[in-house]
Amino acid sequence: MKFTFFHLMPYRPLDMAERRKHRAAWVVLPNALYDPKKGADEYEAYIDQLVYAEELGFDHIAVNEHHQTAYGLMPAPNLIASALIARTRKAKIAVLGRALPLASNPVYIAEEFAMLDNLSRGRLITGFVRGIGNEYHASGINPFFSHERYQEAHDLIVAAWTRPGPFAFEGTHYNLRYVNLWPRPYQQPHPPIWIPSMGSSETIKWAAAPERKYPFLVTFSGRDLVTRYLTMYRDQARQYGYEASPDQLGWAVPLYVADTDERARAEAKEGLESLFNDFLAVPWEMLLPPGYMSLTSMKNTIKMRKALGTRARMTAEELIENGTAVVGSPKTVRAEIERLRDKTGADNLCTMLQFGVLSDALTRRNMEMFASEVMPHLR
Amino acid sequence: MAVSDTRHQTRDTSVRLRRNGKGERLVFLHGAGGWPSWGPFMERLAEKYDVLLPEHPGFGLSDNPSWIRNVSDVAMYYLDFLDALGDPPFHLVGHSLGGWIAAELAVRNTARLRSLTLIAPAGVRVKGLECGDNFIWSREEYARNLFYDQALAEQELARVPTDDEADIDLANRYMAAKLGWEPRWFSPALETWLHRIRIPTLVVWGRDDKLFPSAYAKAWAARIPDIEVEIIPECGHRPQLEKADVTAQRVLAFLGGQP
Repeated sequence: MKFTFFHLMPYRPLDMAERRKHRAAWVVLPNALYDPKKGADEYEAYIDQLVYAEELGFDHIAVNEHHQTAYGLMPAPNLIASALIARTRKAKIAVLGRALPLASNPVYIAEEFAMLDNLSRGRLITGFVRGIGNEYHASGINPFFSHERYQEAHDLIVAAWTRPGPFAFEGTHYNLRYVNLWPRPYQQPHPPIWIPSMGSSETIKWAAAPERKYPFLVTFSGRDLVTRYLTMYRDQARQYGYEASPDQLGWAVPLYVADTDERARAEAKEGLESLFNDFLAVPWEMLLPPGYMSLTSMKNTIKMRKALGTRARMTAEELIENGTAVVGSPKTVRAEIERLRDKTGADNLCTMLQFGVLSDALTRRNMEMFASEVMPHLR
Repeated sequence: MAVSDTRHQTRDTSVRLRRNGKGERLVFLHGAGGWPSWGPFMERLAEKYDVLLPEHPGFGLSDNPSWIRNVSDVAMYYLDFLDALGDPPFHLVGHSLGGWIAAELAVRNTARLRSLTLIAPAGVRVKGLECGDNFIWSREEYARNLFYDQALAEQELARVPTDDEADIDLANRYMAAKLGWEPRWFSPALETWLHRIRIPTLVVWGRDDKLFPSAYAKAWAARIPDIEVEIIPECGHRPQLEKADVTAQRVLAFLGGQP
């Protein structure tokens, strides 16, 4: 297996009592609650953790993009990636991912990724996402055109990386007389593209297509859904007439290891519950703005939601029970990962070892335990 | 006379259409909330006019042609729609999104129009006058913010939509976002050309509108030469629903005054 150390960079000093007075930790949460001095400490601590992950033997260190939120302090993940390139030598730097539809001109995304690929001499992995629905409230971009813009931006970026320039791009949302990348990417034909997704049949069908074969990463889902979506990807690949390779399949999961199950559960509890209830949770209207998903998918989602009923705060126990988080002794954690790996054939584990308000000290011990007690057994 | 409930074809697009009354023809363009039922406001208008109430393309069960990309396209569609209905004149009435469509249509061509009535229209933005964010509101906030009379909001919240109604509401929300998300509920070019509307115009606003503040009426009044303004007290974003009688009376007085 390959291992990714993934970071969201949440703003841990958040006043949770104040946070709960607002509809979400996104978009409308007053930024008076952000203290730049504490924020600067957060950046320093988090970058140190990412650099430490290379030392511990992780294959990839990963960052991502979110806007106007205490959930993640990386509106511009490439800035962090650039800092990581300067401080690391071997690990691949994964930006999982950039939200393509939010860009006014996707050539800028192609350019920045090409720069990072050159700066790192080919250590860049890119991720292409649409962004959570919340980002459409934050950016003002029309969610109705999210899918269209994503497809078109993808085509434009890949063309910019691979077609000899200058050339003209004629699209619906993007029309450019000159596309001519300086620098061109270091890796040929272009840096790897991963598709992190909560899972939708449309995305899986698109990512698995033979001309793309993009590695697919299921995020924030219980083990049943992870299994379902990865199986869907493999079935889809077979329909296309090929067998998905293990490195095309992965999942991302908050994970905590301590010497005993009891201790792991106790130490992970606050971090997990703050991640899912305080940082991530948003009302329906923000999460799924109209047009963000197809009308058919939206109707299915509404049906599922009706069946589930309204949710109270999620407990760490529930999250661990359904496999949304993997928490326990090295033995427990190994068994849980092996079970899912054997069931799905997935080779790519994206670990979130810092989550919610989890402290530096616990995060570092968690990283060390995972690197020494879990990782070597799954290699 | 009973309200007729049919479909109406213009070029490649078929929409639902309610119609009743006799007299000069009056076309009512609905808001982003969707195709309204034939309530007291329509009843009153139909006493004097032949009232046509189409459901916009893309909304509810009307066709949703892919060539509709923005409000200008809908306005051009309605120019075709009016042409297909036969000889002028028409009175055009639009609420909210429908007011925006009506204004876009009128800056392009008023040849077939005798009058224009805009009820809390979208389409123009006044910097510094903050609008509500209907896309972030919960169902409860939506109901409460659109009515002044909270008893009416309670009634709306108590209504449990059928599955078919819920599907229609969802389609309407999708179309509302397509047309109104960005820039939010306005077209930057529209205000530049409002002076071209040289037919008699009435703008009606609920004083307590929490979506588009009633102070917006001044911006419309400043740009359309022949315009009357009516602000209705104790009234939210949908005067034709919340104050049906007062609004109908005012609209009829305006229409009746036209030669």
